[in-house]
Amino acid sequence: MKRIRFGYVALAGLVTALAIPAAGVSKGTGMPTSVGKGEGKLTLVAWEGYTQPQWVTPFEKATGCQVSTKFAGSSNDMFNLMTSGGGGQYDMVSASGDASLRLIFAGAVAETNMALIPSYKDFFKAFQSPANNTVGGKHYGVSVQFGPNLLLYNTKTFKAKPTSWSAIYDKKNAGQITVPDNPIQIADAALYLSKTKPSLGIRDPYELTQAQLAAAVALLKVQRPLIKKYWALASDQIDLFKNGGSTIGASWPYQYSQLIAAKAPVATVIPKEGVTGWLDTWMLSSKAQHPNCAYEWMQYITTQKVQAEQATSYGETPVNKKACPIMNTLQKGSCQQYFAHSPESYYRSIKFWKTPVADCGNGQKNCTDLKAWTTAWQQVKG
Amino acid sequence: MPADAAGATEGSPRGGALRSLSRFSWRRPGLKAFGQISAPVAAFLAVYVAALVALLIQSFWTTDSFTGKLIHSWSLDNFRAIANDPYPAIIQRTVLIASAVTITCMLLAFPYAYFLVRIAGRRLRLALLVATVLPLWVSYLVRVYSWRLILNPDGALNWFLNGLGLPSLNIAYTNWAMWLVFTYIWFPFMVLPVYASLERVPYSYLEASADLGAHGFTTLRRVILPLAVPGLAAGSIFTFSLTLGDYIAPSLVGGPDSSLIGTVVFESLGLANNAPFAAAFAMVPLGIMAVYLAIMKRLGAFESL
Amino acid sequence: METRATKVALWAWATLIFLFLWIPLAIMALYAFNASNIQSWPIPGFTTKWFSEAWNDPEVRDALWLSLRAGLLATGVALVLGSLAAFGLSRARFFGKDSISFLFILPIALPGIITGLALNSFFVLLGFNFSLWTIVIGHATFCVVIVYNNVIARLRRTSGSFFEASADLGATGFQTFRFVTLPVIATALVAGALLAFALSWDEIVVTYFTAGAQNTLPLLLFGFIRQGQNLPIVNAIALVVIVVSLIPVALAQRLTSDPGAGRG
Repeated sequence: MKRIRFGYVALAGLVTALAIPAAGVSKGTGMPTSVGKGEGKLTLVAWEGYTQPQWVTPFEKATGCQVSTKFAGSSNDMFNLMTSGGGGQYDMVSASGDASLRLIFAGAVAETNMALIPSYKDFFKAFQSPANNTVGGKHYGVSVQFGPNLLLYNTKTFKAKPTSWSAIYDKKNAGQITVPDNPIQIADAALYLSKTKPSLGIRDPYELTQAQLAAAVALLKVQRPLIKKYWALASDQIDLFKNGGSTIGASWPYQYSQLIAAKAPVATVIPKEGVTGWLDTWMLSSKAQHPNCAYEWMQYITTQKVQAEQATSYGETPVNKKACPIMNTLQKGSCQQYFAHSPESYYRSIKFWKTPVADCGNGQKNCTDLKAWTTAWQQVKG
Repeated sequence: MPADAAGATEGSPRGGALRSLSRFSWRRPGLKAFGQISAPVAAFLAVYVAALVALLIQSFWTTDSFTGKLIHSWSLDNFRAIANDPYPAIIQRTVLIASAVTITCMLLAFPYAYFLVRIAGRRLRLALLVATVLPLWVSYLVRVYSWRLILNPDGALNWFLNGLGLPSLNIAYTNWAMWLVFTYIWFPFMVLPVYASLERVPYSYLEASADLGAHGFTTLRRVILPLAVPGLAAGSIFTFSLTLGDYIAPSLVGGPDSSLIGTVVFESLGLANNAPFAAAFAMVPLGIMAVYLAIMKRLGAFESL
Repeated sequence: METRATKVALWAWATLIFLFLWIPLAIMALYAFNASNIQSWPIPGFTTKWFSEAWNDPEVRDALWLSLRAGLLATGVALVLGSLAAFGLSRARFFGKDSISFLFILPIALPGIITGLALNSFFVLLGFNFSLWTIVIGHATFCVVIVYNNVIARLRRTSGSFFEASADLGATGFQTFRFVTLPVIATALVAGALLAFALSWDEIVVTYFTAGAQNTLPLLLFGFIRQGQNLPIVNAIALVVIVVSLIPVALAQRLTSDPGAGRG
C-alpha cells in the first residue's frame, strides 16, 4: 500500500516537474515571447577577441550572468563543439557563415525571436535576414559583425592603385603575394573567374560544379608559385607586410588597421570584381542550459555602444548602423576604415561565406561540397 | 627463500595480514609482478589502446560533410584517396624533413654530449645540462615564434650577416626554415639520451683501447660510437616522431611548400570535419613509426629512453 | 685522453651550441619588453607594461592554475602507474614483457595529433564531457613512460641483494618498499616527475583535443598568437615561466646527476 502510494506520488511529481516550463522560456517547440530571469551563467563558443573584458564585465555586472568562453580556432571547431555529445555543453556560438548553415541543418541551433532584440531594427537591412542565418523566414541567431576580404597592398611598391584581383595572380608580383590559408579561398578565385571568364557560368562562388571547381583550382595552381605564404593567422600577414616579405595580398580590415597603427605604408581597395566576406552570427544552442542569459547577451552585444567597442577592438564592422559615431570617438577614423557607414548596396554586394554543399539551390544537386573543396585546397597547396 | 625469518620479529595484528601478504608475494614473484603490472596495463588498454582502435575503425567510415554525422558504411575510400595527389608528395616531404632533422640533431648533439661527459668540469656540466633542459620549459610556441624574428628578411639573422658583409639569406617561410626550427626545438630531446649513454661508457674502456694502440679516432669509431648508438636511437625516436606529426611549426614558419602530414590531419579534422579521412591519414605516421620503432628497438633504444 | 686540438674543437662546439640554444631565447626575453604590438627587428621601444597586463588578466591566471593542476595530477598518475609497471617488469620474466614496454612508449613515440585525435573521438563516443580530467588522461598517457623508464633504469642498476637482505632482516614487502626501495629510486622518481611535468606543462596538441571550455597555458598562448594583438604578452609570460622554473630544474638536475661519472 505504502509502496504504491509512493510510486504515484513520485509519478505525479515527475509529471508536474515536466509540465512547469523553465521561467519564461519553454524548451518546447515554440520560441520564447519574453526573456525571463537570468540563470546566472552563460557558456559561449567564440572567436578569440569576441569576449573581451571591456564589454563582458559590464554585462556580467548588469545581468548577473557569469560568462565563460571556449575559444575556437576554426568554423569547424565551432561546429564540433556545438554538436559533440549531442550538444548542450555550450549555450551560444559566434558562428561565421561557413558554419552557421551547417549548425541550422544539424538542428544544433534554435530559432530565435527577433522581437526580443531591441537593436535589431537598427541593423543595416542587409544583415537583418541574411541567407546564412535566416532559413525559410526563420531567424537562427542574430548577426553580430562582419568583415570583407579586401586587397591589401604596399603603397610604396604599387604607386598606381591596383584595381583588380588580377594583381594577386600576376607573375610580376611573384614571391610577394599572401593569401589566406583556407579552402573557402576557392570562392575568391571563383568570384574572380565569374567576371573574367563568364563562359564558365559561375553565378554563386559557393555553388560550383565539378567543372567550375576545376577551373578555380587551375587558377589557384597558377597562383601557387607566386605565393610567399598562405597565412593562417592574421598576425602572419601583418609580420610579412611589416618586415618586407609581402607587398600585396588578400586581407581583412584588421590587418590594415594594425599596419596603419604601426606606420606601415599600406592601403586597401575593393577590386572591381567584388569581394567575399565573413559574417558572424550569435546563435543559440537548441539545448542551451541558460537561454535567458543567452537572450540578454544577444540584446547586449547588438547595442550600438558594444558594437562599436567590439568593432574597434577586434577590427571588424558592426551590423548596427548607429555604431559609427561611437567608433570614431573610440578610434578616430575607424568608422571609415571599417566601412561602417556605407550605402546598403555595398553590403549587399559582398559575397558572404557560406558552406559549399552538394545542393546547388537551382534544382541541381551536383555542386561540390566542403569535403571536395578541402581536398582541392590541399591539392592546390601540394 | 628465507621467508620464515619473517616470523621472528614483532608484528601487530594488522602486521599479521600484511606480513602474510608479503610472504605470499615473495614466494610467487610472477604473481606479484602480474599484480603490479596489471593496473597500468589495464589503464592503458582501456583508455589509450581502445581509443586507437576506435580511431582505426573510424578510418573505414565516411562522413556527411555538411551535418558532420558519421556514416557507418565500410569502405576503403579514405585509404584510396591517400594514394592520390597531393598526399604521396606530402608524406615524402615529411619523412625527408624528419630524417634531415634527426640526422642534424644527432650530428649536433654527439660532440656536445661528449664534451659534457668528458671535458666539462662538474659545475660546468651541471650548468650546461640545466641550460639544455630549461628551454623545454619555455613554451614551444614562443620558441618557434622567436625564430620568425630571426629569419625574416629584415630580421636578426640578416642584420648579423649584413653586418659581417655577407649577403642576406632569404629563408623565412621555406622548408629550410622548418628544418632549422625543428632541429632547434627537438635538440634537447636528443642530447639527454645521448648524454646518458655516453655517461655509462666506463673510462677503463677508453684506457684499454689506448693500451691496445688505437688512436683517438679509432677509439671513437670502434668503442665509443657503438656504445652511444642506443642513446642516439632513443633520441631519434623523439626527433623523428615529433617532426612527423607536427603541424604548428609548418604553419608558423613554413611556406607554401610546407604542408606536412600533421597539417593534412589537422586540416581534415579541423577545417573539413572529415574525421574518418583524418583517421585514415593518421594511420600513415602510425605505420611509419611502427617500422621505425622496430628498427630502433634492435639498436637498443628502448633501454636508453 | 683527448688531444689538445680535440679539446679546443669541443670547447668551441659546446659554445656554439650554447649560443644556438640561447640566442633565440634571449631575443624572446628582449621582446617581452617590446613597446609595439608588432614584432619587427630591431625592437622599436621598451616597456614593462606587458608583465602587469599578463598578471592582471584573469584568463592568464586561470590558465596558469589549470596547467599547474593538470601537470601535478598527470605527474601523480604517471608516478603511480609508471613505478608499478617498473617494479613489475624489472625482476620478473614473463611473456609480453617487451610488448608492454612498447605499449607505454606508444603515446610518446606516436605523433601527438594521433593521440589527441584518438582520445577526442573516444571521449565523444563515450559521451564524456571535456574537462580537467580528460586533459589529465591525455597527459598521463605520455607521462607514464617517462617515469617508467627512469625507475626501471635505476632498478636495473640496483643489485637484487639489497631487497633480499632486507627480507633477511625480517622486513615485510611493505617495509622493504619504504626503507629500501623508495630511497633507491627516489632521485629517479624526482627526475622522471620533473621531466613528465615539463612535458605536460608545455603540451599543446593533445591538450587541444582533450580540453573543454578551459585553457591551459599553452592553449591560451596559442590563442593570443592566433589573435595577434598582444604578442609581447606571450613573451612576457614565457620569460616569467623560464625564470621561475630555473630553480626546480637546477635542483632536480643536481639531485639526479651522478657525480664524476665520466671520469671513473
